[in-house]
Amino acid sequence: MPVKTEEMILNMGPQHPSTHGVLRLELLLEGEIIKGVKPHIGYLHRCFEKHAEAMTYPQVIPYVDRLDYLSSMYNEFGYVTAVEKLLGIEVPQRVEYIRVIMGELQRIASHLVAIGTYGADLGAFTPFLFAFRDREKILSLFEITCGARLLYNYIWIGGLSHDLHPDFVRLAREFIPYFRPKIKEMNDLLSYNKIFVERTANVGILPPETAINFGVSGPNLRGSGLKWDLRRNDPYSVYDKFDFNIPVGEGRMGTVGDCWDRYFVRILEMEESLKIIEQALDQLPEGDVTSAIPKRVKPPIGQVYARVENPRGELGYFIISDGSVNPFRVKVRAPSFISLSVMDELCRGHMIADVIAILGSIDIVLGEIDR
Amino acid sequence: MIYDFLLKLTGSEIAAGFIQSLLPLFVFILPFALIAVLLERKVSAHMQDRLGPMRVGYHGIFQTVADILKLMQKEDIVTDNSDKALFNIAPVLVFTGSYAAFAAIPFSGAFIGSNIDLGLFFIVAVSGLVVAGILMAGWASNNKYTLLGAMRSAAQVISYEIPTILVIITIVMITGTLNLYTLSELQTGHFWNWMIFGGPSTGLIKVAFIPFMIIGFVIIYISTLAEVNRTPFDIPEAESELVSGYHTEYSGMKFAMFFLAEYANMFAVSAIVAAVFFGGYQSPFGYLGNSLGISWFIPIEQFFWFTFKGIFFVLVQMWLRWTLPRLRVDQLMALCWKYLIPIAFVNLLIVGLITVL
Amino acid sequence: MKTTEEIFNLLKEKFGESIIEFKTGVPVEDFIVVNPFEIDKVCTFLRDTDSYQFNNLMNLSGVDDANGKKITGEQGEVKLEGRTFSLFYHLESMSLKQKVTLAVRMPGENPEVSSVSEIWRSADWHEREAFDMFGIKFLNHPDLRRILMPYDWEAGYPLRKDYKNPEFYQGMKVPY
Repeated sequence: MPVKTEEMILNMGPQHPSTHGVLRLELLLEGEIIKGVKPHIGYLHRCFEKHAEAMTYPQVIPYVDRLDYLSSMYNEFGYVTAVEKLLGIEVPQRVEYIRVIMGELQRIASHLVAIGTYGADLGAFTPFLFAFRDREKILSLFEITCGARLLYNYIWIGGLSHDLHPDFVRLAREFIPYFRPKIKEMNDLLSYNKIFVERTANVGILPPETAINFGVSGPNLRGSGLKWDLRRNDPYSVYDKFDFNIPVGEGRMGTVGDCWDRYFVRILEMEESLKIIEQALDQLPEGDVTSAIPKRVKPPIGQVYARVENPRGELGYFIISDGSVNPFRVKVRAPSFISLSVMDELCRGHMIADVIAILGSIDIVLGEIDR
Repeated sequence: MIYDFLLKLTGSEIAAGFIQSLLPLFVFILPFALIAVLLERKVSAHMQDRLGPMRVGYHGIFQTVADILKLMQKEDIVTDNSDKALFNIAPVLVFTGSYAAFAAIPFSGAFIGSNIDLGLFFIVAVSGLVVAGILMAGWASNNKYTLLGAMRSAAQVISYEIPTILVIITIVMITGTLNLYTLSELQTGHFWNWMIFGGPSTGLIKVAFIPFMIIGFVIIYISTLAEVNRTPFDIPEAESELVSGYHTEYSGMKFAMFFLAEYANMFAVSAIVAAVFFGGYQSPFGYLGNSLGISWFIPIEQFFWFTFKGIFFVLVQMWLRWTLPRLRVDQLMALCWKYLIPIAFVNLLIVGLITVL
Repeated sequence: MKTTEEIFNLLKEKFGESIIEFKTGVPVEDFIVVNPFEIDKVCTFLRDTDSYQFNNLMNLSGVDDANGKKITGEQGEVKLEGRTFSLFYHLESMSLKQKVTLAVRMPGENPEVSSVSEIWRSADWHEREAFDMFGIKFLNHPDLRRILMPYDWEAGYPLRKDYKNPEFYQGMKVPY
């Protein structure tokens, strides 16, 4: 009797330790080799876009927080950028600087989660807790600013809900020298670990052309070696006033665009974010942060697509206004949503263990994918 | 000594042998597992800037007791489509396999579960039972994750047994015995009589042995680590990939048996490494009992040294676990077949040549 | 770098009738309205021509224009007549740093449009989402299934303005 092998379908999720939320991956396997991946999403669908149509513009902000719950500040940042563009209002410089500081702190916090959970996915549990220990410091900074640690409702249309806490600048300055050595510690513990490199280098290679064609953005795109950062290439807010580098994947451990590159771009970006925060704290102007908040947000008939560089990539808001106080249509271009669609392309021919490595390296947040 | 005592007490050889073989379980493995679980949690916590369990008792020392009570109260879930007979036997088999190894391990000069001439061989053989148990568990659960975990585990354990055995043969070539008791007695005296420092041989040959003994030790430590499925070789239960591998479907006491087996195994392999390379129960500096002239104190000292060495290697295992990421299946196999086995072979050949000279 | 108006004029020359109109004057974006069945050809052209190089589809969003006239039928059911759906394509050229917005309009009864998922793979999931939320059918789409809603959701397309929550889903009461 001839030996016959059969393809097997394995459902990874909806409840699985490393799908980072409620995601179901339908894996088509031959032994341990992946023949195809079909992501099934929507388990966290909360009808954000429908909700938004029933809210007034400022009321949408708390909902925006809940999209990508690891980078709420940046979601607000993106949303208010879009609405302000539609309204055509200028916001005070101090507001812009504070937004940038908050956004970059959020970027570090979000990358820490990405890096930490990536380590945990690959079996190294200690970096995960180290990352969360440091993230805690950032969350405390947010807490003294607006009282909340995860969902802030801090950045408002035309301004901010409060000014900075008197201690904030001092604490933020203390955070920077505290955090710099921690990046090195993470590198020693995880980035250059032989086993970690073996697991991630030359795995899940994403060539730049494919990345662009799939619309992949943010650290994942930069990991493929493309110097593309909206903070530099399509500047918004006051990002044109800062001096920072855009790290890209160089294929130091394997091929350009592999998991290790995507991972390491995030490590390097944290360093750059620290630089931006440092400069922003130095230049922070005085002023009233609530002066430009409109009494009533009622944009003219029109539409706008505004995008910002979220920790996960290009976060776009497409807002149509019909001239009333409620948005007519809000569509979110969620970076993780797009990144997840590349899974099938990246995973074919790899093993089950690599699916985890690849999924972790594209750093998705299901709240944003399912909206 | 204990055997003689039991023989006098019961007057029957069978009963004495039986009780003696059971002793390690009650006086050692169960208490050890309780302590080791807590130790693992505390060690990992302090490595990670946390405190670990703090609520039950002072600094959480009764946490594992509470856990055991919880596990005993849990419903014993058997999934509908599982193969019931195999499903129930598997944890017992795994536990038996790892426990049986203790029978041949000398805890001190006075106390060895069963002083058999084929000690080392016996230990290697009974650990084969564990593989069968794991395969049974994975297959009987009727779950794809458990099946994958079981297949990985079987492949891994069987592959890594080869370098282990090759290193053991190296030792056997030098000492000419498989009996762990004799092996330990050979390494008596001071720590330079341990096998890692060339054993009881003398002169130039002793010096020539040292580098190859160190290589042998590294190989056996790595491969025993893989045999007990600890990180970085924990792919059979890779939590983030296969949920928890072959014991995904188990709950309650059956799960506890797997758990117990894992910790028993950790100590067993550490004990073997200690017995083979680090003088077993022998003290590195001579005995207090000898210098004070109280001979009954010596076995107690020996027991202390044995436990100390075993727990030291267990701690190293924990340290590795909380530092390293996990290897991938093919990398794991490559490590075994491409590096460990050839190196172990060459090591065996060279040591053989030195012995002949 | 070309403005949307220049792109419109050039496209008009090339594709003639397929390019329907150029919308300007509303804040903040101008956009070009294209025939829904020609959108794939226009997009291929925009991506592959050297002077455009629109290699990145930033966003694709469906919109219910809510412009129908309410007509009450004989049995008292309310129907919308003359309603349309729109799709907006936000394109970007990463090499030439230019952007353009395209739009298509489809009749409300049978919204159909050519798929652009062959041109930009990122459109795949965006189109599935538009199908899921608005019921817009994408011709030649490789895998047009619901994406966010359950696969067996039978109560229609949630982001349509006339969508009503169903009372039961799989025997469970929905408005809890």
